Amino acid sequence: MQLVAENLACDRGGRRVFAGVSLKVASGTALAVTGANGVGKSSLLRQLAGLVPVAEGVIRLEGGDDERPPFEHCHYFGHQDALKPSLSVAENLAFWQAFTASAPGLKAGAPARGVDEALEFIGLAHAATLPAAYLSAGQRRRLSLARLLVVERPVWLLDEPAAALDASSEGRLCELMSAHLEAGGLILAATHQPLRLANTATLHLQAAQ
Amino acid sequence: MTGWAQALILRELRLAVRVGGGALIGVLFFLAVVTVIPFGVGPDLNLLALIGPAILWIGALLATLLGLDRLFQADRDDGSLDLMLMSGRSVELIVLVKCLAHWVGTGLPLVVAAPVLAIFLNLDALAIGAVTLTLLAGTPALTLIGAIGAALTVSLRRGGLLLAVLVVPLTIPVLIFGVSAASAAITQPMPFLTPFLILCALTLLSSVIGPLAAAAALRHSGD
Repeated sequence: MQLVAENLACDRGGRRVFAGVSLKVASGTALAVTGANGVGKSSLLRQLAGLVPVAEGVIRLEGGDDERPPFEHCHYFGHQDALKPSLSVAENLAFWQAFTASAPGLKAGAPARGVDEALEFIGLAHAATLPAAYLSAGQRRRLSLARLLVVERPVWLLDEPAAALDASSEGRLCELMSAHLEAGGLILAATHQPLRLANTATLHLQAAQ
Repeated sequence: MTGWAQALILRELRLAVRVGGGALIGVLFFLAVVTVIPFGVGPDLNLLALIGPAILWIGALLATLLGLDRLFQADRDDGSLDLMLMSGRSVELIVLVKCLAHWVGTGLPLVVAAPVLAIFLNLDALAIGAVTLTLLAGTPALTLIGAIGAALTVSLRRGGLLLAVLVVPLTIPVLIFGVSAASAAITQPMPFLTPFLILCALTLLSSVIGPLAAAAALRHSGD
């Protein structure tokens, strides 16, 4: 499986943010998107997620389900946590598990985890019945990350994945990402810190002239 | 298909009844509007009975509008809407299911409260039954039409007022046929069934147009 984007351009508010961006990410590899603030890292990820219109260029996923657009193979982990404060931790996660359609593309033997197992893995099992309103910023972030574990989708689009995470959670995140790559997934991460992963390429965005 | 729809309905209903959900606000507002009218109109019981169905309908319309602005905005604010748009589920069906849950949470309590409030307005048993029946058939149309306005104003801060201005003109046909069906049940020579069936048709029509238009608006809300 390979995610290909050719000559992407992005307009926000009538202004060209970037143009001529091409990228190719194959199964088992990660791509770190770097660049200065405001250069369009988040916009690029949101374009791949189908949330921002593509001004020019094409995005296609080779080896995916042709019936569905590429963004339905993607998990998007952005700045917002998509958690409801009045629902419990387990209810929040169980909703996204039941609601999100899974997409094939990972090797067999890497099945999606159950809600309890995912909560155990991110270290929130003790808070499963607590309303999400009582979680700290880092815990909310981890709970939001657990969404990627309970539904199987081959492409992960991560926007500043390590923001608000402590050192041990960051280590756990690295573990998760390597496991995902090993299972044949692919990762695009907008980040300021280098990704500590094997098979990482870097795409450095520069402002459009 | 049913699994995700059930999960969505369950989530929406839980959010509606828990802290900050605002399911009861609509009913309390309905109560406030309807109880204030007799003080303004004066203690003329015949007049109240005459305008009672219209007051209940206008009260239900305003109470429905009250909670609609958060229908999609709450999900947009915390990023849930983005994930719903890329979830692989039909956006039209998501809108329809959300409207259904919203109606169960806010519209149905209005229908249940209507017979009690009708007593305040000196309506007789037949009129109470007629108004409640027309509200049951007509309030889903208000929610579904309102969903279009909610989707159009999803990215606006304080979009609630704009939503009301956008939606009220579109709900006028529902109001006209709802009130005329209820009035027809009270004043004998007019047929009840004709306006009532048109009201049902309006609800069915809006259950198609509402989700289609709202989904189109939501798809273009991302930028």
